[in-house]
Amino acid sequence: MRTPAEESPTLTQPAGVGSPETAFVLAVGPQPPAKATFWSQLKASLAMFGNRKSAAGLVILGVFVLVAIFAPWIAPYDPNAQHLDQTLQPPSFQHLLGTTHIGQDVFSQLVYGTRGVLVVGFLATIMATVVAIVVGVTAGYLRGWRSESLSALSNVFLVIPGLPLMIIVASQFDDPPLPLIAAVLGLTGWAWGARVLRAQTLSLRNRDFIQAARANGEPLHRIILVEMLPNLMAIIASSFVGTMTAAVLGLTTLAFIGVIPVSNLNWGTILFWAQQNNAFPDYWWWYVPAGLCIALLGVALALINFGIDEYVNPRLRSAGERARAMKRKGMDVNAAVTQVRTGTASAGPAESASESTTA
Amino acid sequence: MSAQSTTGQTTTGRTTAGQPGDPTLVGTTAARTERRGRRIPWRFIGGRVAFYAFTLWAAITINFFLPRLMKGDAVSSYMARSQGQLTPDAEKALRLMFGLDSSVPLWQQYLDYWNMLLHGNLGVSISTGMAPVGDAIASALPWTLGLVGFATVVSFLIGTGVGAVIGWRRGGRLDVLVPVTTFLGTVPYFWLGLIFIAVFSTTLGWFPAGHAYELGVEPGWNGEFLGQVVSHAALPVLTIVVVSLGGWVLGMRNMMLTVLDEDYITVAQAKGMPDRRVLWRYAARNAVLPQIQSFALALGFIVSGTIVMEMVFSYPGIGLLLLNATSAKDYALMQGIFLILVLAVLVANILADIAYAILDPRTRQTEA
Amino acid sequence: MTTLEFRNVTKIYNVRGAGQLTALDDVGFTLRPRQTIGLVGQSGSGKSTIAKILTQLETPTRGEVLLDGSPIPRSGKALRRYRQQLRMVFQDPFASLNPSHSIRHHIERPLRLDHVVPRAQVDAEVRRLLQRVRLDADAVIDRRPHELSGGQRQRVAIARALASRPALLVADEPVSMLDVSIRLGVLNLLADLQREEGLGVLYITHDLATARHFSDEIIVLNQGRIVEHGTADDVILRPQDPYTCELRAASPDPEKHFGARAAQPARVEQTAGGAL
Repeated sequence: MRTPAEESPTLTQPAGVGSPETAFVLAVGPQPPAKATFWSQLKASLAMFGNRKSAAGLVILGVFVLVAIFAPWIAPYDPNAQHLDQTLQPPSFQHLLGTTHIGQDVFSQLVYGTRGVLVVGFLATIMATVVAIVVGVTAGYLRGWRSESLSALSNVFLVIPGLPLMIIVASQFDDPPLPLIAAVLGLTGWAWGARVLRAQTLSLRNRDFIQAARANGEPLHRIILVEMLPNLMAIIASSFVGTMTAAVLGLTTLAFIGVIPVSNLNWGTILFWAQQNNAFPDYWWWYVPAGLCIALLGVALALINFGIDEYVNPRLRSAGERARAMKRKGMDVNAAVTQVRTGTASAGPAESASESTTA
Repeated sequence: MSAQSTTGQTTTGRTTAGQPGDPTLVGTTAARTERRGRRIPWRFIGGRVAFYAFTLWAAITINFFLPRLMKGDAVSSYMARSQGQLTPDAEKALRLMFGLDSSVPLWQQYLDYWNMLLHGNLGVSISTGMAPVGDAIASALPWTLGLVGFATVVSFLIGTGVGAVIGWRRGGRLDVLVPVTTFLGTVPYFWLGLIFIAVFSTTLGWFPAGHAYELGVEPGWNGEFLGQVVSHAALPVLTIVVVSLGGWVLGMRNMMLTVLDEDYITVAQAKGMPDRRVLWRYAARNAVLPQIQSFALALGFIVSGTIVMEMVFSYPGIGLLLLNATSAKDYALMQGIFLILVLAVLVANILADIAYAILDPRTRQTEA
Repeated sequence: MTTLEFRNVTKIYNVRGAGQLTALDDVGFTLRPRQTIGLVGQSGSGKSTIAKILTQLETPTRGEVLLDGSPIPRSGKALRRYRQQLRMVFQDPFASLNPSHSIRHHIERPLRLDHVVPRAQVDAEVRRLLQRVRLDADAVIDRRPHELSGGQRQRVAIARALASRPALLVADEPVSMLDVSIRLGVLNLLADLQREEGLGVLYITHDLATARHFSDEIIVLNQGRIVEHGTADDVILRPQDPYTCELRAASPDPEKHFGARAAQPARVEQTAGGAL
């Protein structure tokens, strides 16, 4: 390892009167880091998705996305095609998940329904998240009555129960187009993200590096976009995932109730038709898979959120593992006194200090 | 030459006159709190009530403008359907609600609307035979409140307790409950309700499939009726509890992990306090405070789920009323229900805030 | 010659429910280039308030702050010039750098914003600044703050402050959060830079000993009031105010306890916290 002193002879004499060698800073590591390329920076920013839980969630979500994209190739039948000679058939090789009361293939309906769910879900979530970012970050950065009124606005939307509002608004329209449905869902979903973002921005705003940026004379838009936003990415990602869960549930619920016209095929409409045609309890193949898909998508999103949570709060990550490791060594995780292991004869002094009771 | 410390107390230790005995508390907010006894944090509660009043105003204003944004023919068909069956007063109320009198200026309509509301007049509902909206809601509301209230309290208690134990025994066998309850939490309420009916009612016959009590039975405070209420409520309550459990468990577990890292827990254990006391009276008590705050927010979510659940179980509550009103396009009833729901959620929020203020000594302190 | 003058500055805060808090009471001093003033006081004495007023986070209730004889501008080109002339080094090396950006970004920004050098020379200037604070430019330039130690981060903060070639530097407890063993290195760096660049430095600290080591003049603040102001030697060796005497007495002096040592006059520089 070459020290700077060897590399550049001009620096070898200590500058300043009587300063010890600590005035020199040796190289940080064995070699200087590789140039920050676009890919390495992208990889760094995706670190929050790195752990197992996030990865599992992303995989499941990815499967759904692929199914939605390649629906025409995956589904064996047209979802609306009726086979009146094969009504209410249990699962078979011909119809993997059986048929409905007018002979439609349930599996195909499920596959095409994925599109309805994901498209509206993503659209609603994007709308809600954009509004949440604008309102939340602005409310956090500004001071005084502007911040208070934005905060009051988001709290109002947080308290008002979402589903009744959605029902009332959606019932005003006879045949709402997809973006409108997404907008209605987004209307009730943005407030939570805005509140969380406002709290984070408030705490960021008082941090020294923001003061330094202001002292440098950075313009406001650069402070928010370049200095603050990268530090908010984890919160925004978590809020996005949570909002999507709520949007999917809201969409399927509205479809099940029948408030949204059934022309938009999604998992909720499948359940709507099942309910209307007395599929319960006998014709389980009609109603069980749709509900399971909703739950599975929810689980995938929840896993992604867990992963982000653990990235942000490392305590959650290792608490369980460390406790299990201690238990294997025969120690009680909740013991009040730091335990000393005398270990094997060859190990010299007891290894104690590293095993503390705090996670 | 006596130095002045920042608290203003002289180094000789003499307390300034009139303060209670503990010299270390002199000049701090704690001293003033001690002097006046346990305070009710009026300012905190006052602020919250002011906010809720603002929210109610916002909801009423939304309700006011919504019909005026609707398509005209929907409103006129509504009026046409009810023609001839309305008293003049009822018709005037409906016209006011829907903004059909274009001769009256908007702000005047707004004030008249408020006047109407403050007299308890929410219009009439065509889907229940021209009965006043208030009556229809009043007969349905207790069922919903009972169901939601009971189920939420049960779910909160079980979920928080389980979460506390899981957090305490980090890495124990109970840890597996977290993903299980989370999975159950992502299941839609209505779907699980249908499954439960299919399994427990139709197949096993343990519980009745719907309604609050058997048809044809007179409601009354007798054992038979109450017994029926309980058995009919069992499945809906079970559904709500199962679905909402996951959120409480997870939240409590996470808070417990954070709290258990604090030094005062270590001190308590080092003092030799029994584990059970440390778990419940120290750790859980502090970890539950944020849960109470999120309780109020979760309420909106629970209300939404209950609405659909009542549809599944044909439970005669507000939710079923709203859904029937929606399919009958009974706008007056829909708006009345929305207002009452908002009011109920706000009241619950206030109760949760009061509970939080009483439990968290820091809010009491900052009042001083 | 850029001069900063605090003239009869008073700052009063209104605390909700508890009346008024006087953070500064009739404070006045002048900071000139090629001069270091040490501002000494304990927590709550008002030093941070002075720093906040200088960076325009707060405004004085009474009195004024003058740059070259005119009041500090609030907006426009004059404000830009003020900001370029007076820079601050913050106390907390862990919070004063943005965790999401590289060191290069931190030093580039002031260069670009103030157009200190032509665009083509920005990279070279960044490296030059890093060398000046005795960091290996190649090693740190693309790293994130969390990969550096506290001392390295503080040096980056100093480089950032110097980027716009200011005339005056405010150092708000720059070494309080660093390991004791590296404090001298950073302070000597500041002293060298002050000498070479001809800066005027306001060194805010609670540590009387480092103030003595580093400053020409010392101002002692107690509860918002200046209780002592003189050359460093005068204040330390011949303190007038009782509070200053207490401060000096509070500095640990290892020589006092070992009576066997020859009677040497207690040199304050050896009693400061840590290895000087």
